[in-house]
Amino acid sequence: MSAMKGKAHTFGDNLNTDYVISGKYKFKTLDMNELAKHVMEDIRPGFYDEIEKGDFVVAGENLGAGSSREQAPLVLKAAGVGAVVAKSFARIFYRNCINVGLPVVEVDTSGIEEGDVLEVDVAAGVVRNVTKGTSFEAKPLPPVMMKILSDGGLAEHLKKHNGFALEEE
Amino acid sequence: MGTISEKILSAHAGKEVHAGDICIVPVDFMMSQDGTTGLTIKAFKQMEAKRIANPKKYAIVIDHNSPSPMESVSNIHKEMRTFADEQGSMLYDVGEGVCHQLLPEKGHVLPGNVVIGGDSHTCTYGALNVFATGVGSTDLAAALVTGHIWFRVPSTIKFVYDGTLPAGTYSKDVILHMCKTLTARGATYKALEIYGSVIDAMSVDARMTISNMVVEVGAKVGLMACDGRVRDYIRQRTNAPFKGVEASGSAIYDRVIREDLSDLPPQIAKPHQVDNVVDVDQVAGTELDQVFIGTCTNGRLEDLKIASDILGGKNVARGLRLIVAPASRNVLLDAMREGYIDKLVRAGATVIAPSCGPCVGTCNGVPSDAETVLSTANRNFKGRMGNTKAEIYLSSPATAAYSAMLGHIADVREVQK
Repeated sequence: MSAMKGKAHTFGDNLNTDYVISGKYKFKTLDMNELAKHVMEDIRPGFYDEIEKGDFVVAGENLGAGSSREQAPLVLKAAGVGAVVAKSFARIFYRNCINVGLPVVEVDTSGIEEGDVLEVDVAAGVVRNVTKGTSFEAKPLPPVMMKILSDGGLAEHLKKHNGFALEEE
Repeated sequence: MGTISEKILSAHAGKEVHAGDICIVPVDFMMSQDGTTGLTIKAFKQMEAKRIANPKKYAIVIDHNSPSPMESVSNIHKEMRTFADEQGSMLYDVGEGVCHQLLPEKGHVLPGNVVIGGDSHTCTYGALNVFATGVGSTDLAAALVTGHIWFRVPSTIKFVYDGTLPAGTYSKDVILHMCKTLTARGATYKALEIYGSVIDAMSVDARMTISNMVVEVGAKVGLMACDGRVRDYIRQRTNAPFKGVEASGSAIYDRVIREDLSDLPPQIAKPHQVDNVVDVDQVAGTELDQVFIGTCTNGRLEDLKIASDILGGKNVARGLRLIVAPASRNVLLDAMREGYIDKLVRAGATVIAPSCGPCVGTCNGVPSDAETVLSTANRNFKGRMGNTKAEIYLSSPATAAYSAMLGHIADVREVQK
């Protein structure tokens, strides 16, 4: 996985998956490109139009709290978000991101401001704030998750190895 | 040796595992609902799978948007029925109830089991000594294909709630209090074990309210002991053999939190965070437009009894809408037989189909702009009930019923002393 470069869109603590994609939409279609138009609509209307491909969602503590809906990471991906970056993540969302191949980066985001240009290197575990000229070391992904992510998500992992290939970790 | 989580996961992994270890374990039962099954089928196909490893261990439940309010949802429901039929798995269709009532009620989950569900409140079965947790659709599909799931064994926070709950205070107040104590991220990646005389005195219905909401503090599961009440609950529902799992005396906990709850007042979660919890007197008098009693948190028989005891012979306040969703068809039947439904309907309640009701904002009672709702559900996020301009407060069924009668948030201890 090579480093990604994009703009930061900042959010606060406890950004839950209901906010990423509202329950009232998730039942209407399984077409994620269609659902993506409603990303973050309840807390930031118009967010879909602000995203340029490869941008980052940057949040505080407990990103992805609440519902297990996998529509949340899928919609972010479909909207063009390159990675989600936060101080900490809720458990189910964290797994779901990895499973669908959306990179997650756990790092101190307190110095990142809206619109800052970031360089995110998931494999090396480094986030560089190009705008501010600062650099931060991310908490490394657990090896099992790095393996699933580098295989392209859990479905691809299972196909590639004909089952789980995580035990040796 | 170890915590309940370590012991259940060790028994399933076939080797001793401890907090922090990665293990791959067989899954005893799986479930998905209408918000998550569509993506589960998609992931299942993406894995190029043809058959579910064990269709008898999988139930599909149509509860979140049920009966369907629109054609797109009807089409998802139809796809669920077709998939269940093709795979020979169980299907609980419209009107059967909420997944987290059905799995325990139908005897599908047993103490000591590992259970996963495509729904974050799958942790409910922790009250039955089940290692149960919510997963996304891809994790669920992987388990359908392989029969297994991988876990990082969680470390555990132990709670001991001493004393006796005062009149007017219920299990919902206990878990709201825990949300306040731990905050929405206080137990992320962790298991909870919840003990004490307060829990021992509770029915299984009441205990499930607590385990249901542990995900609101970020926990993976909220485990309770397999005591006589749990054994009776299970034996009334299935002949399957089971063995409860206890933590060993030498188990290592992250923290032990011990508290006497004998003076706990009724608790209310204010908009728009579940951990934004205050004592009822802080918000008493808040005018209400709608009250909702139901959900996987508080739609069980005991909840309907408590509400009907308060509302029996009384009336819902003028201009207020009271919506009641029994958690399952059996709960509805029992509540009819016991006269609870009669009392609630005569008081002015609208009883809707056993389902999630308006909790997820899909149908059956979406509030209008600037309205205020008091709900017995587990989440009050902005827009949760389908309108970002509505305010949602959370409470116990007793507080909800009493407040529905008065038209504003009220302290149920005024009538329960």
